[in-house]
Amino acid sequence: MKRRDFIQQTTAGAAAVTIGSLGLSSFTTSKTKKITILHTNDVHSHIEPFGPEDGRNANKGGVARRASLIESIRNENPDTLLLDAGDIFQGTPYFNYYGGELEFKLMSMLKYDAATIGNHDFDNGIDGLYAQLPHAKFSFLSANYDFSNTVMDTHVKPYQLFNINGIKIGVFGLGIELEGLVDPLNFKETKYLNPIEISEEMTGILKEQEQCDLIICLSHLGYNYRNSEKIGDLKLAASTKNIDLIIGGHTHTFLPKPTIVKNSENKNMLVNQVGCYGINLGKIDFYFDSENNKTADGTSIIV
Amino acid sequence: MRFTHLFILLYIFIFLGCKQEKSHLVKIEGKQIPITDSLQSNAEIEAFIKPYKDHVTKDLDSVLAYSAHTYSKTDGDFNTAIGNFMADAVYDEANPIFKTRTGKDIDMVLLNYGGIRSILPKGNITTKTAFELMPFENSIVVVALKGRQVDSLVSYLCKSKSAHPISKLKLSIDKNFKLLNATVKGQAIDTAKTYYVATNDYLYNGGDHMTFFKPNDSLYNLNYKIRNILIDYFKKADTINPVIDDRFVQIK
Repeated sequence: MKRRDFIQQTTAGAAAVTIGSLGLSSFTTSKTKKITILHTNDVHSHIEPFGPEDGRNANKGGVARRASLIESIRNENPDTLLLDAGDIFQGTPYFNYYGGELEFKLMSMLKYDAATIGNHDFDNGIDGLYAQLPHAKFSFLSANYDFSNTVMDTHVKPYQLFNINGIKIGVFGLGIELEGLVDPLNFKETKYLNPIEISEEMTGILKEQEQCDLIICLSHLGYNYRNSEKIGDLKLAASTKNIDLIIGGHTHTFLPKPTIVKNSENKNMLVNQVGCYGINLGKIDFYFDSENNKTADGTSIIV
Repeated sequence: MRFTHLFILLYIFIFLGCKQEKSHLVKIEGKQIPITDSLQSNAEIEAFIKPYKDHVTKDLDSVLAYSAHTYSKTDGDFNTAIGNFMADAVYDEANPIFKTRTGKDIDMVLLNYGGIRSILPKGNITTKTAFELMPFENSIVVVALKGRQVDSLVSYLCKSKSAHPISKLKLSIDKNFKLLNATVKGQAIDTAKTYYVATNDYLYNGGDHMTFFKPNDSLYNLNYKIRNILIDYFKKADTINPVIDDRFVQIK
């Protein structure tokens, strides 16, 4: 196989040279590619910006403003993914009146690519979440909720692959334990599975089988739980490998900058969370170079 | 024809060549961008939101009742007018439902001081007032508790030094916060009797360290949100004018 790969690559290179004069000169093999990941979490139905009297959140947030910011970033770099880490629902009367319809419709207009499911997304029951699905033109990802005995079965994927400009990105979702947090009448027969074990399974699939260049975990586990057995993003990051970025939620954590964490192989990766209520947008840029330009320096992380 | 085939072949080779060339991550840059009023709003999104906003605003602003004064949970030591109103509203609205379902009456109501999320201002009461008083989705549950556990509930209240809203329960304590007298619907608490205590699901699950709801004889979930109780109560009432009374007092 190795020898065959070599021949194909050589031939391709030669072909590029040969037919370069036929208008394919733009094809270059060693161009740097930039993938932008934009993310929100715990927006909690905050459609409108906070008013001038709203204390520390005064004049912040607002979907219409977020839309223009995302649009300008996309204009700058079309190779962009937009993700949400859950708790889309609950927090303003918009949810009480429309049950999440407006939230999903706006996220679709903003062209969100995927979201994971937070505990508050069960607030109108799993049937309430299911009822709003027709309004969402983006995917729901959760690898550690087993929905097979619920109405959500087949509507939630464990992971999704995105192929952007030749870069293969694998995104998988994780949710928090529902027992003790959400009324069992609301989550019904949704089963929670151990997020670390599931992450190992997911990274196995995404790295080994799917050969992803970038692996992102969309998590609603919470940032960190000190002196507790509870699994938060920092613990998850340190106990797993091959995840490049964990986008977190649940704890409404405002970080001064994304956290660099060493994974189980002692490699640096990022954990980020951007507070709540759509006050901030997270932006992580990944720069890729072709393999033959690989240096011994590894990946530099600038936060 | 032969040339066409050659080109197809070349394209395949280019394609494979690209596929084989594995990309590798060289740099990651991360930051957070605040959403502030310096960003321009997207007009299309704003126009989409408008009809939803207009409907919600109109509905929230619809007048349900009138508040005779401004009531705050900080006005009163062991019972407050606003707390008494909330606990009595829960009794009045939830008891008929509980009675229809079980044939029994609620014996008493206990809510929490922290659960009163705003003042009740003098003037028109709107749906928005109910959302401000109770922004959370908590519902009423009725817990069947043995008299002995009602005693623990009472001693919690004596020690708490806080005006947790109660209804149908009457307490008096001395200057050292020791219980002098406790009655439920005018009767002394019988340790052998089962009492039906209405509370919210947050407290039932141990919120505010109210650990006395478990274990219990049985639990009835009314699926009736406290905010909807307030809205229904306001709709029936013309004027809301609760008072601080003698349901929980300290005798010095």
